[in-house]
Amino acid sequence: MNISKSALKSEEKAVFALRSIYDKYGYSQYKMSKFEEYDLYVRNKDFLTSDSVITFTDTNGKLLALKPDVTFSIIKDSKDKEGYIQKLYYNENVYRVSQTTHSFKEIMQVGLECIGDIDDYCLYEVLLLAVKSLKSISKSAVLDISHMGIISSIMDSLELSKSQSNEILKYIGQKNSHQLASALEKYAPENENAQLLMELVGIYGKTDEALSRLEQLLTGTVAEDAFYQLKTVLSAFDGSDFKKLLRIDFSVINDLKYYNGIIFKGFIEGIPASVLSGGQYDKLMKKMKRKSGAVGFAVYLDMLERFGGEQSEYDVDTLIIYSADSDLNSVKSVTEKYAAEGSVLALKNPDKKLKYKTLVEINGDEVKVIEKNA
Amino acid sequence: MKKMLNIALPKGRLGEKAYSMFEKAGFECPSIKENNRKLIFENEECAVRYFWAKPSDVAIYVERGAADIGVTGKDILLEYEPDVYELLDLKIGKCKMAVAAKADFRDKRIGTLRVATKFSNIANSYYSAKGRDIDIIHLNGSIEIAPVIDLSDVIVDIVETGTTLKENNLVVFDDVVDISARVIANKSSFKFKNKQIEKVIASLSKQIEEL
Repeated sequence: MNISKSALKSEEKAVFALRSIYDKYGYSQYKMSKFEEYDLYVRNKDFLTSDSVITFTDTNGKLLALKPDVTFSIIKDSKDKEGYIQKLYYNENVYRVSQTTHSFKEIMQVGLECIGDIDDYCLYEVLLLAVKSLKSISKSAVLDISHMGIISSIMDSLELSKSQSNEILKYIGQKNSHQLASALEKYAPENENAQLLMELVGIYGKTDEALSRLEQLLTGTVAEDAFYQLKTVLSAFDGSDFKKLLRIDFSVINDLKYYNGIIFKGFIEGIPASVLSGGQYDKLMKKMKRKSGAVGFAVYLDMLERFGGEQSEYDVDTLIIYSADSDLNSVKSVTEKYAAEGSVLALKNPDKKLKYKTLVEINGDEVKVIEKNA
Repeated sequence: MKKMLNIALPKGRLGEKAYSMFEKAGFECPSIKENNRKLIFENEECAVRYFWAKPSDVAIYVERGAADIGVTGKDILLEYEPDVYELLDLKIGKCKMAVAAKADFRDKRIGTLRVATKFSNIANSYYSAKGRDIDIIHLNGSIEIAPVIDLSDVIVDIVETGTTLKENNLVVFDDVVDISARVIANKSSFKFKNKQIEKVIASLSKQIEEL
């Protein structure tokens, strides 16, 4: 089957590209139904990007939900066996409240999950696939990486209340160093580790520079172990072209309740918000009574809608206007002739606003090219 | 060619003050000072483009990436909670958000408290932290008259000098939060125009330190 590239929307192109990347690394496709029992989501609702879910009662009285997320279903179906790793990807429609319109939207989402006995190679591979995903969409892309373990070990040492720690996390996520400083002053005065948090917020940059600064900063502190894991995993990118796209950025924050290890967010130049988000979420696995760990990410294709698609000036290449007394066979042969060269639209009374390159008129048996615009 | 840095400034005195700080930081755009009705100004030499926006819209321009950075009040950030980076407190346009009421008002915590405000979100989170049941009356202006004509018990509004309150026989009962102008940045622009943005921020923060 030959599909012209121009016929595909940018998000459709992205889906094909992403699927071929994940296939290549041995990830198998996970298909699921549109519905899932509501019960699955209700206990860990804040893991979802929006906590509204479309629900309905099935004929047998069970409360079902139009799936807002795929990760939960994958965890539910995963095997919980030592030493076993499952690599899956999905390409599914999910139903969520859009952050911009505040109403439900059907969103096409592609993502992958690596579930089981997660080791440093798995972490590296998922990071690599995340960068490859971004690069398949645009050359100008960046993957911001952070480690929840670094943040959480420092936060734990500050002994904050729940609301204080949420406030601090919010400021870290906003790169809001002025308010972070005054909050830390208030909640954890004269605590050495508070100063560490201030330093972390100021770090943004390519991995080599950032890691050497972090090494000076974190060696011998509560965050040491987490830092060395981050360093080890990122060292696998040495000598690779993809390294240029990686940045260390601690403003990438995810819920401490679910995420424990490396987390990341992907950005593409020209798209105002992140298009890819993921990380290691062993704590969610634990909450769902699993012994194993997991790491994964999702690509939000709805963000790509307006990206890179050059709009054609014309609605159709050739517009064919035929009259009521035109011969069926001559309309057919003229249409076929132009269809071989490009797109055609044959109508009796076309809309006057249509833009075309060539206008052909069939009057009875007479075929005339009336106008050529390109 | 250098990429243009798009900066959204709030129309009015605050925006003009902010512009002069950007100008000192080396991002000047002389045409902005011409007295006309234009809203967009460019200086290709410094690779910078300014636009004047309604103060409450600046955050929207930045969140949606139409502007890379912008200057807006903390009140707007708290009210609309846009998904942006808040990089700097410019320490200009200082004022506070406060609860005010008629001088003889006492909140005995019986029944629902009627709160008139332009800032529903801020008022809501302030009172929910206190566990107080409230009825928000969203107004778009002249908030001060609400308690006087018994439309509300209290108001939550911005207080600069307190003159308007005094003239309407209102007094401040509680401070909600301090407000000043902040520099915000679009999350994606921060990655792809990082050098330019860091340069602006470094130079602006130096000016603030010298104040």
